Amino acid sequence: MWKHSFNLLFCTCMPMLLLAQQKITGKVTDAKKHPLPGVNVYIKGSYDGATAAADGSFSFTTTATGAQVVVASLMGYQTLEQPVNISGPLQLTLMLKAAMNELKVVTISAGSIEASSDKNNTVLKPLDIVTTAGATADIVNALKTLPGTQQTNDREGLFVRGGTGYETQIFIDGLMVRNPFFTGLPDMPGRGRFSPFLFKGTTFSSGGYSAQYGQGLSSALVLESEDLPTQSSYSLGASILGVNGGLDVLSKDKKGSFGIEADYTNLEPYFSVAKPKQEPTMGPEIIGTSLNFRRRTSGTGIIKFYGYGNWSRMGFKKNSIEYPGYQEQTDVRNQNVYTNLTYKESLGSGWRMYAGLSYSSNIDKINLDTIQKSPVTNVHNRSDLSQVRLQLTKSLGALSLLRLGGEYQYAVERSEFNAYQANYTDNYTAGFAETDIYFTSRFVGRFGGRLEYTTVLGKMNLAPRASLAYKLDDYSQFSLAYGDYYQKPEPQYLRFKQHLDYTKATHYIASFQRLSANYTFRVEAFYKQYKNLVKTAPDTATNGTGYAKGIELFWRDRKTVKNLDYWISYSFLDTKRNYLFYPYEVQPDFAAKHTASLVVKKYFPKITTNIGLTYSYASGRPYYNPNLPESRFMSEKTMDFNTLGVSASYLTTIGRAFTVFVVSVTNVFDFKQVYGYRYSTDKLRREEIVPNAPRFLFVGMFMNFGIDRRQDVINNL
Amino acid sequence: MKQFLLLLLAVFATAAVKAQSPRYQDAMAKQVALLDQESSYNPQTMLDISNTFERIAAAEKTQWLPYYYAAYAQVMSALMTQDKDKIDGLADKAQANINKADSLQPNNDEVACIRSLIASSRIMVDPQTRGQEYGPESGMQIEKAKQINPENPRVYLLEGQALYYTPEQFGGDKKKAKEVLELALQKYAAFKPASSIAPHWGEAHAKDLLQQAGK
Repeated sequence: MWKHSFNLLFCTCMPMLLLAQQKITGKVTDAKKHPLPGVNVYIKGSYDGATAAADGSFSFTTTATGAQVVVASLMGYQTLEQPVNISGPLQLTLMLKAAMNELKVVTISAGSIEASSDKNNTVLKPLDIVTTAGATADIVNALKTLPGTQQTNDREGLFVRGGTGYETQIFIDGLMVRNPFFTGLPDMPGRGRFSPFLFKGTTFSSGGYSAQYGQGLSSALVLESEDLPTQSSYSLGASILGVNGGLDVLSKDKKGSFGIEADYTNLEPYFSVAKPKQEPTMGPEIIGTSLNFRRRTSGTGIIKFYGYGNWSRMGFKKNSIEYPGYQEQTDVRNQNVYTNLTYKESLGSGWRMYAGLSYSSNIDKINLDTIQKSPVTNVHNRSDLSQVRLQLTKSLGALSLLRLGGEYQYAVERSEFNAYQANYTDNYTAGFAETDIYFTSRFVGRFGGRLEYTTVLGKMNLAPRASLAYKLDDYSQFSLAYGDYYQKPEPQYLRFKQHLDYTKATHYIASFQRLSANYTFRVEAFYKQYKNLVKTAPDTATNGTGYAKGIELFWRDRKTVKNLDYWISYSFLDTKRNYLFYPYEVQPDFAAKHTASLVVKKYFPKITTNIGLTYSYASGRPYYNPNLPESRFMSEKTMDFNTLGVSASYLTTIGRAFTVFVVSVTNVFDFKQVYGYRYSTDKLRREEIVPNAPRFLFVGMFMNFGIDRRQDVINNL
Repeated sequence: MKQFLLLLLAVFATAAVKAQSPRYQDAMAKQVALLDQESSYNPQTMLDISNTFERIAAAEKTQWLPYYYAAYAQVMSALMTQDKDKIDGLADKAQANINKADSLQPNNDEVACIRSLIASSRIMVDPQTRGQEYGPESGMQIEKAKQINPENPRVYLLEGQALYYTPEQFGGDKKKAKEVLELALQKYAAFKPASSIAPHWGEAHAKDLLQQAGK
């Protein structure tokens, strides 16, 4: 009994008797043998351990003996567990491998500038997109301060790298937006229809973009809508141009939300005071509404609906250049509806699914009248587009993935010119496959292709795309991109002649980017070759050619001056094309050789006021002078373009509402801007193509109850 | 004799079961004492301390306090660092640790206080963009902590701090901040931590802030 008890006693006391301490020392390095400070080194299951010093060395004592496991862990590295046998002092050399993380992993970046609130390392934030003074809350206007874009403000759309506005496609949650701009009048381009606040992510690609998207020869603007709001809110706004109100309601279970917005804009009172160049005869007046609905269907699934409806009307008259002494009047009435329903869900075992459905319709009624001279011309255009898209994504390992998808669009284009009709329908089908392969976490390749068939042309095309990106260190990367891009000719040509060819562009891009928390530097060079552009003379055919090449710089600094954020972009563009009625390849009338922008935002905390300033420059553009011989076609250039927009916003609280008062002015110094010249048919007279309202003043206030969205509002001007 | 042996056995058995406890208590007390020292308040020392708490947490696994303190030291390091690029990584670590503390000690006011601090640290990376998302989150966690335990002085410290640093136009209020911080000091005076290693930080900081607010 005693003996037994003694054994028990002995065994129980053993650990106390053996409290001999062993010293563990060593050094921790990364894979390149650089010392790693701050590593937590310890014996698993004990408290014994130490933090590695600046030179990676560590030293601690432990009472543990025998077979143990030494653990070394550090943020950004894979935790190392190394079995050891402790029987005396131990010296260890430990090596940690870098873990995959966002900062260290390369992303495909050639050609594209991303603004995302989900990711850290993007060139811009969604707010920055609309933070531009003079952008007047129009996403496209804000993008015109980025490299690769043109200051082509007399026509609709985004003109990118020697491409026309038609060559840029806009996508919301993967679905194409037909007629993203309000219908404008000659020299008065319409602004974008959708509110910039609805998007959490914007990717502006000026070339070399993914096989997921097609039908844009030059550029894709990919917008990703917000998920659920964090709380319910409502807002009201009033300005010298109109009123707006909105409601955003989060459901009680916080799994769903809906939002309604409505606005009414009328420029008639403003134009009766500040006389525009052309005399208004109707409006301009716009009624806009939008509706959204979002519902989480599971931890990973979400259904979103977004739709808007706009009604606008406006009319202007001006002195006729064709018939001196007479006036020309143009009226346009527009109705537009866009709807978009998407569903995203994770299917398990690395598969994700996306499905989208969209219907949109646009109706333009245009009356052209040379008063008391010629009968009124009525143009009535209607385009309807229904589309469906399905995409599957499969993860291949930690980073690599495969995308497969297809889309189908059914388009009906109707056009009535007085009694003459020119209608067509088109069935467009596309399939794509693309894979992102990470050779290492620093080196990625994207390879894919897109197959398209459209009935209006009766032709198929296959567009290969490829990108490579290599990360040099945590902040810098080098990228290359190549791709073929096809696009149907514009509806105005297809109405009259079908079975043309696809227009085609081939992109080659090389770029370097350095991106840290406060500074961004980016340089990109590109070469783009155009084939099968639409020619209208001698006959409508797709045998035009062209090229564009250039180099672009972007610099952003958010740190050097406190509360000041600025960016500078510069684009050099060398482009020529032979299209439409051009006799041979020349620099087209929408392209400027040099374009530059400076955007500055400064916050003054004491007076809680934000001042924003945007300066843009573009060198003169060629214009067509019919009096010149063919050998000097487009040889004359307009004056250089300059504009400076300024905005100030004062933030305060009225009652329970966060409120912001805003004053903004475009083209503050009233720089003369001439985009080109228009000649009469007899070539005897010409007029300048100028902005209708060269300087524009905006004064308004916005109130928000609930969630604070004033930051949105100020950043919007 | 048999009884004596049983007694002896009982004594040893208790010692064996409790064996970790004095070691745990000692280690924790030592580290918590470090946290109480002003000289520890720099990003690097905070990280070193968090490493020690992580070691204790890894060995104990059933105690919530080591995870809690690891998260606390990490979020303090995030709040103090000058290198904005590091904040998210630290906040991620703190988040992981506080989630573990939460699963061991659900519905705890101190845990909610750390969550509020983590949200605040994330705002610092990019106030313009993130303020709208993490500002309400930070406030919500303070509210949650207050609901669980209205006597917790750290709730009022965090509330006062938020009121003090938020610009007036975004709902900040220096006068109100002063009142709330005074209330915090009253709560600190009345506060009895459950043990010497239970959370009790913040009183000195509350006094500093109040002094600044008083100016």
